[in-house]
Amino acid sequence: MTLDSYLGVGLVRDLGTHLFEAEAIKAFARKFDPQPFHVDEEAARKSVLGGLCASGWHTAAVWMRLSVDAGMTAADAPWEGPGPRPVFGPSPGFRNLKWLKPVYAGDTIRFTRTVVNHRALASRPGWNVLTVRGEAFGQPAGKVMEFDSGVMVQVG
Amino acid sequence: MIAKKWAFEDFVEGDVIELGSKRATADEIVAFATEFDPQPMHLDEDAGAASILGGLSASGWHTCAMFMRLLCDGILLDSTSQGSPGIDYVKWKKPVLAGDELTAAVKVIATRQSKSRPSIGLVTIHSEMRNQEGISVLELENTIMFAKRAGGAAA
Repeated sequence: MTLDSYLGVGLVRDLGTHLFEAEAIKAFARKFDPQPFHVDEEAARKSVLGGLCASGWHTAAVWMRLSVDAGMTAADAPWEGPGPRPVFGPSPGFRNLKWLKPVYAGDTIRFTRTVVNHRALASRPGWNVLTVRGEAFGQPAGKVMEFDSGVMVQVG
Repeated sequence: MIAKKWAFEDFVEGDVIELGSKRATADEIVAFATEFDPQPMHLDEDAGAASILGGLSASGWHTCAMFMRLLCDGILLDSTSQGSPGIDYVKWKKPVLAGDELTAAVKVIATRQSKSRPSIGLVTIHSEMRNQEGISVLELENTIMFAKRAGGAAA
């Protein structure tokens, strides 16, 4: 078994869907992003967004939840070597996060995750960093969010 | 006239804007993680202490969300903001541990007019959040759209 097949490099993993309900949108936004178009239907209707919509950070956080629930590996397959089973570590961050379209109250969004590639870290022998693409899709809006996240994995 | 404190014209390249502070409490760390990032080091003190992060630590997405709240309170809620198309990058540089006192600041790195929407300007900011020891825990860069004070439609 190679690291590529264990991680499912290049395969799109369907993480499932999430319904963004108005109350949950407002609850998140009241804590973290209380801009009028995230906390108040009336203000949202008059805003450039045209209706109550989720904080972009809320959309990203839901991706994280579904990604954790799905597990990190490609197929929940046991590691069949060679060498020790890879151990997932922290994330150093992400790049190119795009909130392409608003996620409105009542929208059901589908989330996906794709391991794009991995490379050895020169600064930390035995560790690789994965590039993981997260994406979110509305119906009929199309893609509403994308980003490229890093994940550290100990391979030796 | 727009009565908001911050409109496009108020952002000057090179300016640094202090956003204030926020304590990352254990209860809030666990509450966020329970809903959005239920990994052991974000849920449990002992699991956190045993992890590479060295203690009960905030989800990186929670750290971003806490920064967002400081940005709202410090600028956006009294501004002509029209939202942000995204984030160029986020660096989770150090763990945010329960009890940490986080202080954020924003530096304006570029301003430009929108070509497609004359009433709007784009402000690119570099933001950083530090803990009580002055150590940078979060760094990010993004662009926010603001309506202009003069000549633009009101937000």
